[in-house]
This record gives sequence, C-alpha cells and structure tokens, in this order.
Amino acid sequence: MMATAVHGPGVITELEPFAPGHRACSGCGEALAVRLAAKAIGNNAIIVNATGCMEVVASPFPYTSWRIPWIHTLFENAAAVASGAEAGLKALEKKGKRPERNIKVVALAGDGGTSDIGLQALSGALERGHDFVYICLDNEAYMNTGIQRSSATPYGASTTTSPAGKESLGQVTWKKNLPAIAVAHDIPYVATACPSYHRDLMRKVTKAVETPGPAYIHILSVCPTGWRCATDDAIKVGRLAVRTGIFPLYEVTNGQYKMSLSLTKLEPVENYLKTQGRFRHLTEDTIKEIQERVTREYNKLVELAGKPGGETSSE
Amino acid sequence: MAKREGLEVSVAVGDAAMLSDADVVSAYPITPQTHIVEHLAELVANGELKAAYIPVESEHSAMSACIGASAVGARTFTATAAQGLELMHEVLYVASAMRFPMVMTVANRALSAPISIWGDHSDAMAVRDTGWIQIFVENGQEAVDNVICGFRIGEDKRVLLPVMIHLDGFALTHVIEPIELPDKKDVDQFLPPFKYPLPLDPEKPVTMGALGSPFIYTEVKWGQEINLEKAKSVTLEVWQEFDKLFGRKYSPIEQYRTEGAKTLLLTMGSYSETAMVAVDKMRGDGKEVGLLKLRLWRPFPYEELREVVKDADTLIVLDRAISFGGPGGPVCSEIKAALYEEKKRPRIIGFVGGLGGRDISMAGFEEIVNRGIEIARTGSEREFEIYGVRE
Ligand SMILES: Cc1ncc(C[n+]2csc(CCOP(=O)(O)OP(=O)(O)O)c2C)c(N)n1
Ligand code: SF4
Ligand SMILES: [Mg+2]
Repeated sequence: MMATAVHGPGVITELEPFAPGHRACSGCGEALAVRLAAKAIGNNAIIVNATGCMEVVASPFPYTSWRIPWIHTLFENAAAVASGAEAGLKALEKKGKRPERNIKVVALAGDGGTSDIGLQALSGALERGHDFVYICLDNEAYMNTGIQRSSATPYGASTTTSPAGKESLGQVTWKKNLPAIAVAHDIPYVATACPSYHRDLMRKVTKAVETPGPAYIHILSVCPTGWRCATDDAIKVGRLAVRTGIFPLYEVTNGQYKMSLSLTKLEPVENYLKTQGRFRHLTEDTIKEIQERVTREYNKLVELAGKPGGETSSE
Repeated sequence: MAKREGLEVSVAVGDAAMLSDADVVSAYPITPQTHIVEHLAELVANGELKAAYIPVESEHSAMSACIGASAVGARTFTATAAQGLELMHEVLYVASAMRFPMVMTVANRALSAPISIWGDHSDAMAVRDTGWIQIFVENGQEAVDNVICGFRIGEDKRVLLPVMIHLDGFALTHVIEPIELPDKKDVDQFLPPFKYPLPLDPEKPVTMGALGSPFIYTEVKWGQEINLEKAKSVTLEVWQEFDKLFGRKYSPIEQYRTEGAKTLLLTMGSYSETAMVAVDKMRGDGKEVGLLKLRLWRPFPYEELREVVKDADTLIVLDRAISFGGPGGPVCSEIKAALYEEKKRPRIIGFVGGLGGRDISMAGFEEIVNRGIEIARTGSEREFEIYGVRE
C-alpha cells in the first residue's frame, strides 16, 4: 500500500510521540490527553513525568511508549526535575557545550502529583520563571494507587478514602482550584483543557510550548475505572463536565482571562453527575448544592473574562 | 603557580566547584552549609562562574533539579547538611540508581530533635546506604581537592555515580585555613569536560526511570552494587593522578604514627586533627598508640582496613552518631563486621562522642584511648560507651 499524507486546515498531525500500545485501562481519558498533548508538543522536547498512572502504563521495562526523551524519578518532584533540565540545557547552550535547539521541557503529573504532594515544587518552578510547560493530568483522585481522594476530587465523589456512607456523602471538600493558584504566580500562560475538545487542547498545548517562560495547563481527564462510568463514555463525560460548567474551558494569557467556548446556557449538573458511579449516592439536596456552587463559580469566571466566550466550540 | 592563602573553607569549596567549571548549582540554604552556596551565588552573579544557579524552594527540589541537570549532561554541584540531607533522602537513592554523576558537599551537622546547628555525623550515617560514593575530609585542603577529584571519579565512564564529600560543619566550614587553590589550567588538564553517555536529547531519545518489575529489579540493584565496588579502584587511580599533578596524596585509610602501634584509634573528618596531637602526646609518653583516619566511607575499603589493623591488639573506634537500640556506633559496627572473619584481629572497642557539636579535646582523646585499653583488658557492661556524657 502506498503511504499517503493528507494536509490541510483541521487535519491533525500524524506525529505520535506517545506511541500506541501502552497499558492504560480501556477508555482511559488520561492516556488520550497525553497522546493529544504529545502531538502538539512535537519531537523537540523532553518529558519529565511524575509517578502515577501515566508513568506506570507507559514505561514497564523493557518497553516504552515514548518516542521522545522521557525521564521519571519520583512522585512529587516533576517540576523540580524539569527546572534542573531546563536550567541545565540553557547553561550548556550558553557555554557552547550543546548546540542551541530550543528544546522544550514539559512536565506531566497527575492531580495528586500536582495539587497535593507536588504543589511546593510546582510553585517554586513557576515562581522562578523556568521556561517550561507543566501539564496536570487531572483525573480527580490518586488512581494509580487505587482511587484515593486528592484535593482535586470533587465534592460528593465517593473514593476509597472518601467513601460515601451513612455518615458521609463522600468527598466533603470542594475541588482545589489549581489553575487559579497557577495564575496567582503571574505566569504568562495558564489554560484548562479536556480531550473531549481535542483541537482546543492541542491549540493550548502548542501555545504553551511557544510561550517563553512557565506555562501551566490543567487537563480534565476522564478515568472510567475510578469514576465508574462506561469505558466508551470518556468523551461524552468530558464534554458534559464542560457543558455543565463543572470544568469550564478557559485560558489566561498574561493575566487576561478568556473563555474558550461560548456556552449560552449551561446544562444541569445532574446530567453529568448521573453518568458516574462515584456520584450515584448523591441526594437531590446535595445535587442542588453542587448546582448552586457551579453556577456561582462559572459566573465569576465569565465576569473575569469580561464576556461569555470566544470563538464557538471547536470540539 | 597556585599559591597558599588563608581562606574560609566554605569559600574554598565554592571556588573548587568554580574551578571544576560546574554548569549548574542547585541548592537550598541550611546552617552550616550556607557560606558555600552564598559564595557560589556570588561567583555566578559576578560572572566568574558560568553556571545556572537555581535557588530552589527545598532540598527535595535541590536534589531533584540536580538530577534533571545531570540528565541533560550538565556538570552539577550542590551542598546541604542535616535536615536538608534528610529532606533529600528519597531523591538520593534515585540519583545513584539512575547513575547521575554530581558532587555534593555535606557540612555535617546533628539531626533534630532537639534542633542543633552543630556538628556530628548523624546526617551522614542516615544516608549511608543511598548508593553514593562518600568521602570524609579532614581539613579545607582535602575538601577542595576532593570536590575536584569527586567530579573526576563520579564522571568516569566506569563509575557514573554521584559523590558526597563530608566536611564537618563549623569545625571545617567556618574556619580560615591556609589553602592552596589549584590553577584553573591545571584543573582543566586534570578534569576533562563532562560527557554523559546518553543524556536526554531529542536527537537520540531515551527513556530514563522506567518501571522495574520483579523481573529486573534485582539485576538493577546487583549492577549498582558491583559498580559501586568497582568505583574504589577508579577512586584510587584518580587520587594517584591528582598526587602526580598537584603533589597531594589521598588514600582510603590514612595512617598516622601506626608503626609498631599496639593500640589504634580510628576517627573520621576533622576530629583526626586533634586526635593526631593526642597521639603525639601519648607517643611522647612512651605509649604505642597510632591513628587511623577513615576517608573513603563508600565504597568501604575492606582490604585496606584489614591490612592496617593486622598487627594491633586493640582498635578503638570513635563514632559521632548513634544507631539507636542497635550496635551504637554505625562505623564501629561495620568495622567489627569487616574484621570478623580475620584469623588475627584486634579487640574492637566502640565509643560514641562529639554529638551535636560537643568538643573533644586532646585530653579527651587520651581519655578515650586509655578507657579503650582498659575495656580491652577488663570488658565493659555495655556494647559501646559514650564519651563525656553527664548521667
Ligand atoms: C512520596 C510518595 N508517596 C506516595 C507514593 C504512592 N503513589 C504513587 S502514585 C500515587 C497517586 C498518583 O495520583 P495522581 O498524581 O493523581 O496520578 P494518577 O495516578 O491519578 O494519574 C501515589 C499516592 C509515592 N510513589 N511516593
Ligand atoms: S486508572 Fe484511570 S487514569 Fe489510570 S490508566 Fe486506568 S483509566 Fe486511565
Ligand atoms: Mg489522579
């Protein structure tokens, strides 16, 4: 068969720095997020991966899913290892010990590795202004160790360490707002993304890679195993998270907020919650409580952006 | 020509990293290491050292950033002490297992609690098994020389391991000593540029730090062990070459007035200086006492130890750390194990002393030796005795 390549606007690159054949569960939204991000990152990059699902599924020795240089060391230090790699490359290039190639260092970490145990290292790296991209793969719990809650687990979700029971509705705290924490570091670029909106995701990653200085991207990554949803539903569930306003897509360029989609009306949160077993136990009252909070938070964001959205959905 | 001048040891250590042309320095301040990293920051700020200085937010990140820098092929230096070294703990294992050369000076200090900024070796002993090459130095000159040798040893293709240089906090870091800083051109001749065999590079992608299943983990660890053992001969080779170029000799265990000595005292680090004076005094009094200074702590110099103690009746080991509820001094317990199979070996008497900056005077060393000789004759009720404690 003759190999043909198609070019044109809207055609996605066939580049796959993250190769197929990894060991993620079927229907894993996080692996999809990595695949799409890797396409946008391209070949001229070094990946620094924190311990977590994506590290484990991609590197069982002697196999690797990575066609570009990749390093994993520990759980909480991806931002620090990336800092060293970036500073090392720059120093060597400046001293003429390595040719100048504009290699981008990209850190990948889960929500646990980012918003809990790795928050200090992330804050340090953002504050110091390293020229790198940090991507948080948020599947809203410690999935690699068996679905334990993290500070990114949403209110009401049942996990193995925030189980719903007679005395508890599951997670009793609201999801920590990591993008806002990143924005508070006054870095040039922050964005949220979801693989259900793949073009939007790739555009944002490309922009992050092209931005000099630190950039932070927070990707909601549906985990059918941990969220207890159907394995062929990751795209649908991600889309609902966005359309209900539970996970709004936006970007913040030099402090300027911009909504990524113009949603004239949000879908009720219940449409999203009912797709997943982790919320099955929620009462009408709790769902109402969640709805109120989501509407309030979404409106705050729209206000920050000044208007409801930019170009229409580019799913 | 290099000339001797009065320098604060910390400043000289920073200068040694500069002479070694470090590309990246990543460090977090902690007493008594601060003067080293402050000096390096200054050297970078003044353009005297062409390096990236990463003022990280913790020691965990300091060591992690060193790994990142080393992985892209940068010559990397850091320094820490006590709590900082402990905060790095899990990262230290990764640096050695993933074979990243770098040099770290540890300004040895007691571990909390109670918080103490003063010197002992409890920080060093807590990282004994991290797979690093570890060298204890006795004075500022040794510190300078071994930072330079450290890069050469660690970066040798047969080794590729990180190197820790232990120098006593305050007792060494904060004193001014006559030190000869080698000339840059001589250092350049001695220390070739760092060429990491397979750095992270998009031109030649590698996967580093893959998941090790039971199928491979044992082999990785065994490889690490064999490799660290082999690092000893490279260390000896580098020290010899250093001697040829700079005229200063280093050996895994240095002997001081050990000819015909029936009693040997073994110390590490800066204590050896006072211990030498004590030995001189005892020799003057007609006692057959000699001193062993253990310099190469990892890889442990088994043959050298067996050789230097074979004619002694009593070996007194002074530890500056306690392995609680166990054998007492970690160094002493290793030495006992190392000599256990020897047909002829000295009685080995363990003391712990000099904790948290408690000084041991010349008279103190004499007391330790006398008590050691007495225990060798009459025995002790304890596995080890602690010197100078108020009960
Ligand atoms: C210091 C440390 N503590 C705990 C762990 C165990 N651990 C490994 S991965 C992980 C959870 C990862 O969660 P997250 O970062 O959200 O990534 P995910 O697996 O969900 O993609 C934990 C708790 C560890 N490896 N290191
Ligand atoms: S547990 Fe979830 S995130 Fe991890 S591989 Fe499976 S589906 Fe993906
Ligand atoms: Mg997670």
